[in-house]
Amino acid sequence: MSAVSIIVLVVLVILTLVQVMRISEISSEIQKGKDNDVSPKDNDTQGRLMLLVGFGFIISVVVMYIAWGRHSLPEPSSAHGAEIDSLWNLSMLIINIVFFIVQPILFYFAYKYRGKKGTKATYYEHNNRLELFWTMVPALALAVLIIWGLNVWSTLMMPENEEEPILVEVYAQQFNWTVRYSGGDNELGYATVHEIAGANILGVDTQDPASADDIVTKELHLPVGKPIQFAFRSQDVIHSAYFPHFRAQMNCVPGSVTNFQFTPTVTTAEIRQNKDVKAHVEEVNEIRKAKGEDVWDFNYVLLCNKICGAAHYNMQMDIIVETQDEFDAWLKEQKTVAETL
Amino acid sequence: MSTTTTTEKNNHFQDHLMEHHHEENFFTKYLFTMDHKMIGKQFLITGMFMGIIGVMMSMLFRLEIAYPEQSFPILEFFLGKWAPDGVMDPNIYLALVTIHGTIMVFFVLTAGLSGTFSNLLIPLQIGARDMASGFMNALSYWFFFASSVVMVTSLFVESGPAAAGWTVYPPLSALPQAMPGSGAGMTLWLISMTLFIVSSLLGSLNYIVTVLNMRTKGMSMTRLPLTIWAFFVTAVLGVLSFPVLLSAALLLMFDRMLGTSFYLSDIFMGGEVLSYSGGSPVLYQHLFWFLGHPEVYIILLPALGISSEVIATNSRKPIFGYRAMVGSILAIAFLSFIVWGHHMFVTGMNPFLGSVFTFTTLLIAIPSAVKAFNYITTLWKGNIQFTPAMLFSIALVSTFVTGGLTGVILGDSALDINVHDTYFVVAHFHIVMGLSAIYGMFAGVYHWFPKMYGRMMNKSMGYAHFWLTFITAYGVFFPMHFLGMAGLPRRYYSNTAFPMFDNLADINVLITYFAIIGGAAQLIFIFNFFYSIWRGPKAKQNPWRGNSLEWTTPVEHIHGNWPGDVPVVYRWAYDYSKPGAEEDFVPQNVPLAEGEESGH
Repeated sequence: MSAVSIIVLVVLVILTLVQVMRISEISSEIQKGKDNDVSPKDNDTQGRLMLLVGFGFIISVVVMYIAWGRHSLPEPSSAHGAEIDSLWNLSMLIINIVFFIVQPILFYFAYKYRGKKGTKATYYEHNNRLELFWTMVPALALAVLIIWGLNVWSTLMMPENEEEPILVEVYAQQFNWTVRYSGGDNELGYATVHEIAGANILGVDTQDPASADDIVTKELHLPVGKPIQFAFRSQDVIHSAYFPHFRAQMNCVPGSVTNFQFTPTVTTAEIRQNKDVKAHVEEVNEIRKAKGEDVWDFNYVLLCNKICGAAHYNMQMDIIVETQDEFDAWLKEQKTVAETL
Repeated sequence: MSTTTTTEKNNHFQDHLMEHHHEENFFTKYLFTMDHKMIGKQFLITGMFMGIIGVMMSMLFRLEIAYPEQSFPILEFFLGKWAPDGVMDPNIYLALVTIHGTIMVFFVLTAGLSGTFSNLLIPLQIGARDMASGFMNALSYWFFFASSVVMVTSLFVESGPAAAGWTVYPPLSALPQAMPGSGAGMTLWLISMTLFIVSSLLGSLNYIVTVLNMRTKGMSMTRLPLTIWAFFVTAVLGVLSFPVLLSAALLLMFDRMLGTSFYLSDIFMGGEVLSYSGGSPVLYQHLFWFLGHPEVYIILLPALGISSEVIATNSRKPIFGYRAMVGSILAIAFLSFIVWGHHMFVTGMNPFLGSVFTFTTLLIAIPSAVKAFNYITTLWKGNIQFTPAMLFSIALVSTFVTGGLTGVILGDSALDINVHDTYFVVAHFHIVMGLSAIYGMFAGVYHWFPKMYGRMMNKSMGYAHFWLTFITAYGVFFPMHFLGMAGLPRRYYSNTAFPMFDNLADINVLITYFAIIGGAAQLIFIFNFFYSIWRGPKAKQNPWRGNSLEWTTPVEHIHGNWPGDVPVVYRWAYDYSKPGAEEDFVPQNVPLAEGEESGH
């Protein structure tokens, strides 16, 4: 896109020219021996600019919320996601209240108390009660957020299950994902990098009886409403399994197994009917049509979210959430480790 | 030892030094100087040079993010074989991101900021003739210089500079097979950082010793300007945390060069199992962030200290709640050592640890809030003089608040899960740490330029620089929150691989425009800076009518700072607009008038 580099160049040239003009202006000013001190007129101009630009910034934040708020992820498709989102909403409410109070005050004070000739500032060095007040208010607000946050965190990380979760391994390597289902015994066979050979890309130990019914796939299918216990492994560098629609993320660390559990609550078919998702898909497809690209249909997706090398930006896998029946039917079609290795 | 005897010894020692003072040539004056003022300027110029490289890199990769995989001749011009036909290679994209981060965090905002202003201001503001050890001080600069040279050299190696992100997590950074940047570029990165850490430790030890031992008579700790408190606490943080990074870097070197397995285990790469066994990549992260988080405050505290001074001076008011400001600096510094785990919520560490780190992290918001409110109250009923330095300091309060608030989200482990490593994080730390610190640095340069060079910077260019920077910087980083909330991960060479992000492309283009204009606006500053060194109007001794001791020294720099005796201090640094005083400022070396209460 040479057009853009031309635009960039033009902007740079204009800025340089403006500055050169300024410079000659300024050097002539200096030669006349003009004072470079801040004058009452400067204070007036800069104070007014503070008010103008400051409030311009605050208003543009509102505009950004209106214009881009819709880009936020759709409502969560996992059971715990709703809890995260309520905590998120409360935190956002609190920080926005603070933002929209403190920023206007800052810029208003800068404007209101801009230096004027003949005025003197008020000598006001401290006020313990005031300081105590604004120590206590944040402390109280944070106490609420901390207690609620820790509560949500512990239910996420140490979930109590009514039914036994399905055990699924997500395996990372530069630059793709592989899935291993634990099969009928709901137990993953032992696996180690030392067993990696040929088609056995996960290094599954075929001698381990638990591995026989394991199923290795390149797509992540999940039954709706069932808790899924994920085990994450990586064979080379650190990757991060990021499931934005399920509000889930866990690093895949070579040399150890990490875990995360969630229960998908919305099937792929259902989320495609979601009003926000529909609008998103429509918007994206309009853009893609203009660029002559394929039409896109919404799919849950697993992304790599830890820098892992050149193709980090394209390390992905589709996730399909479906009914138990559909899931069972799909799983049945897949070959077990005993059949493939 | 009482203050008096310390001062006497100090004076005696310094007088002795001055007797042996002889004619200086170019080399002893500008290069191998041991004078703290010149060393401060050396740090500043080197930091600015590195800053230009770092900012230019960001403009190159912003171009790539806005127009992924498109051809720009300018990219081939700068990147050569890494941008064949003007299309950026993903490896060099990651390298640019990595070196941009490294340069900005360490070379500009640690050495460039702390190195410059601690060196310049500590002796001048505490009433000392120089640093405790001039030689160590010079050594600190030359280690920094060597470190910069090695880092810049690493840009030109065959396999490209380090590219594993500025945090250089192993195994990615440990194994040359993992990415080209983990070859010779990474080795040079580690050597450079090792030199850098030595520089930082030499400097910090010197700052601590100087502040504790060389204050002039009457300069009790509670009369120190807040700048000195900030530099002092920063130095303590550096001394306690940089050695841990040194050990992390050394162990990583061992893994790379000697075949040890501190961070590596069970790795299959390039068709074979590597012989590493038993190490943990997460160990590196613990060591790295044990420095990494205090590092955030090593960057931020000096900026906060500078803005405290600038805001008080230019509001013509005492800083509101001096003791609370000192207390919150200490509280932030203490807490900064027990929050590092919030960078690692999703590494699979024990969930209980996550709870502890959430708790300690969110506590930092309390002293931070106190600081923000105290700044704003300092403005209240002031008589604000809008120097460029004052504008940048007010902008610092704004970014400190904006960026600090999103910290409440990211510090909460449960919420961090979904925005970890997305653009939400990029927005957060650039605003709260990057912008605040760079604004503090600009404020410091504009404010103390007359002290450094005896001339004034041009105010009109200062205003133009400020407004362009303030508007474009928010224009770059605020929209990134929305990218993060849409789930867009950071460090993606291109977002085109995921159709779900297609509708964010426009925002990325907008950000890039702001970035290019904002980057270009820095040319105004650079021109103003160098022009004013030689052609700026001559400065008065105390151009901002400030109270602290640096303004009692002559405009022309002399060895030992004060021609006669070192001034004696009778009051704190913030007697601005004191009732009963004739002028709206009373310098620290003015004795209390009869019947005057010392107030503070």
